[in-house]
Amino acid sequence: MKSPLIEVHDLHYRYSDGTLALDGVDFVLYAGETVALLGANGSGKTTFVLHLNGILAGEGSVMVCGMPVGKDTVAAVRQKIGLVFQESDNQLFMPSVLEDVAFGPLNLGMDRTHAENRARLALEQVGLEAAAHKAPYHLSAGEKKRAAIAGILAMEPETLVLDEPTTFLDPPGRRALIDLLAGLPQSKILVTHDIEFAAALAGRAVFFDRGKVAGEGPTGEIIRRFGWDKSSHRSAASCSREG
Amino acid sequence: MHIPDGFLATPVWGSLDVAAVPAVGLLVRRAQRGFDESKAPLLGVMGAFVFAAQMINFPVGIGTSGHLVGGALLAITLGPAAAGVVMTAILAIQALVFQDGGVLALGANVINMAVAGVLAGYLPFRYWGAGKWRKPAIFLGAMLSVLVSAVLALAQLLISGVAMPASVLGLSLALFVASAALEGAITLAVVQALETIQPGLVPKPQARGSFIRGALASAAVLLAVVGVLFASAQPDGLEKLAQNVGLSSQARVLFTTPLADYEAGFLRSPWLRKATAGMAGLVLIYAACVLFGRVVSRNRSS
Amino acid sequence: MHHVVLERWSRRESTLHCRDPRAKAVALVIFLVIVATTHRSFAGAACAYFLLLVALLVWARLPLLAVLARAALVLPFTLVFALISVVAGDPHRALLLMGKSYLSALAVLLVVGTTPLPRLLRAFESLGAPRFLLMVAQFVYRYLFVIAEEAQHMRVAAASRGASASPAARFRAAAGALAVLFARSYARAEAIHRAMLARGFEGRFRLLSVLRFGWADAVFLLLAVAAPLAVRLALEAGA
Repeated sequence: MKSPLIEVHDLHYRYSDGTLALDGVDFVLYAGETVALLGANGSGKTTFVLHLNGILAGEGSVMVCGMPVGKDTVAAVRQKIGLVFQESDNQLFMPSVLEDVAFGPLNLGMDRTHAENRARLALEQVGLEAAAHKAPYHLSAGEKKRAAIAGILAMEPETLVLDEPTTFLDPPGRRALIDLLAGLPQSKILVTHDIEFAAALAGRAVFFDRGKVAGEGPTGEIIRRFGWDKSSHRSAASCSREG
Repeated sequence: MHIPDGFLATPVWGSLDVAAVPAVGLLVRRAQRGFDESKAPLLGVMGAFVFAAQMINFPVGIGTSGHLVGGALLAITLGPAAAGVVMTAILAIQALVFQDGGVLALGANVINMAVAGVLAGYLPFRYWGAGKWRKPAIFLGAMLSVLVSAVLALAQLLISGVAMPASVLGLSLALFVASAALEGAITLAVVQALETIQPGLVPKPQARGSFIRGALASAAVLLAVVGVLFASAQPDGLEKLAQNVGLSSQARVLFTTPLADYEAGFLRSPWLRKATAGMAGLVLIYAACVLFGRVVSRNRSS
Repeated sequence: MHHVVLERWSRRESTLHCRDPRAKAVALVIFLVIVATTHRSFAGAACAYFLLLVALLVWARLPLLAVLARAALVLPFTLVFALISVVAGDPHRALLLMGKSYLSALAVLLVVGTTPLPRLLRAFESLGAPRFLLMVAQFVYRYLFVIAEEAQHMRVAAASRGASASPAARFRAAAGALAVLFARSYARAEAIHRAMLARGFEGRFRLLSVLRFGWADAVFLLLAVAAPLAVRLALEAGA
């Protein structure tokens, strides 16, 4: 049996004001898998993924590619796990698209020529070669999301983690994102409210409820079990019944 | 209050540019703490906030409205050094992108707003911010920050020989006081609103501040402001002082040598002597501010 | 919006656009100093300087009238002082004020209209300005419009709600809006920091852009300094 890319055991995390955000979460991800993290706002999904690349540190064990995530391994871990944040504007912080996509490779210690080449390759992968010298402000929401993904791809990670990637996208933008992600070989974790997006890409889904994993299984089954194929306020009600 | 190019006399903008270099260097060193650049985005974003904040109108009643300038608010929430760096960055962008303030005059604008204004905005809060005088401290600080910047700018214009009859001077001062009071009111209202939505954003200064020190600091700033204004409106008094101290003759030699080739006639004009004497006064006050700042920062770190 | 127009101008193509930003920055400062120290025969000198700038604007293929109009933004403020000077019996100073402030704004526009601001900031760093300060300025520029848009939405929302409320109530509402904007900006800065960490940031920005000073830049700098200097010396000789 192949070893997992990501292995999380009994993860607990408290905010500075004492609220318990994660209450004993277990999680496993294998190479090539795409997993959707579903759950209401505030259920802990985003807090959870921030532990995978060491931005947050809680109690419990988080292993990435066999390494425990800690101070000495955090640089290596951040190359392996590429995190795409919800708001692209906060991720595209450099003056031009090319400079932004090259940010990761430069931090990995590559020299300028190699970093620029990596950046251009990544931009080609997402179809944005022509936008290399544009300022991020001038891109559409869909282009920004692709540029952000390029910034991660330029680091050649093993796993892509995307936090609510379809939030600001219109239906054509969503379609384009689904096509793009479907064509990428890395394993993926998709934190999302978008049922169709999850169903289109993820074979497995994990349902978060108030900091715990309330259920796990094939995506379609999880969506039905927690009532998310109907309106969202019904799913909150069904959560409290089952949680 | 942003002085454009062409207003200040050469010795004035020249020496202020020279004075601004070490001042900004000091601010950057204190704000950055070592080689870590990770605070740059925070300072940058808060600088963008100040720009954006100027779009929000605060009604003053009679159909007019004002807006936040921001020096004191930044000083209270980010600390004076970081606030100074943010204001400097803002001033540079205003000069370059919005043609608001000159490029050669940048040194003057930085000294007025990013150094003196921020310091004046911070001092009352530093000493009174932890106790029951917190609200007056915030109001007074914001008021002083605008007042000090405006008066310094006015002084620099006067020394440079920009014509200002007494009536215009009086009107300007009245406007300064009014906009300073508005800044005080806005800053206090915003800080109070901030404390309701996210108390962690407004730090408490060390409780070691004493009322007397705070009162002395504010009085010193006020005195300096009044002093500068009087000196610049009547440079002859300063000139006599400079002559007695032997400064003005030395200054003349300094300025003659490099510029003699193509400005000989200009240098012997009486107004250069006035300008140099006035500058000597400004430099002295600047030195006092820097020393004061060092004392304050040593108190903070001990 | 102001800086959007400048963005478009600065990303056009021309020989001037391609020059090393350091050459342009140094030429700008020297030009400004020459203008600032011109006192006698100012009218003649100002015309010559103006023609020089116009020639460069045309060479840079910038929209001439738009740039000339934009530089005139300094004039309202200057006009007040100029009028006071005239009334106080010093018309020469009025001319100096108007002329110098306008020429200075025009020269700055020429440089900023042919150089994207982040590149200009890189030039200042290369010329010795503190790197941290320039990184802060870069971030201010990047998020300027983003946060201004947020503020605009809040302004519209507030206006549609409280047009009839008392000034005191509207004052407090505006303060509340600013506080919310402040908190959101702070949270945004935290998000940006996390995004930086996620891509391996370890405390120091490593930048891609490299500035290369070539022969063309040296020639440009020489000419750009020589021309106004020649005007100045000619006037000194003639006077």
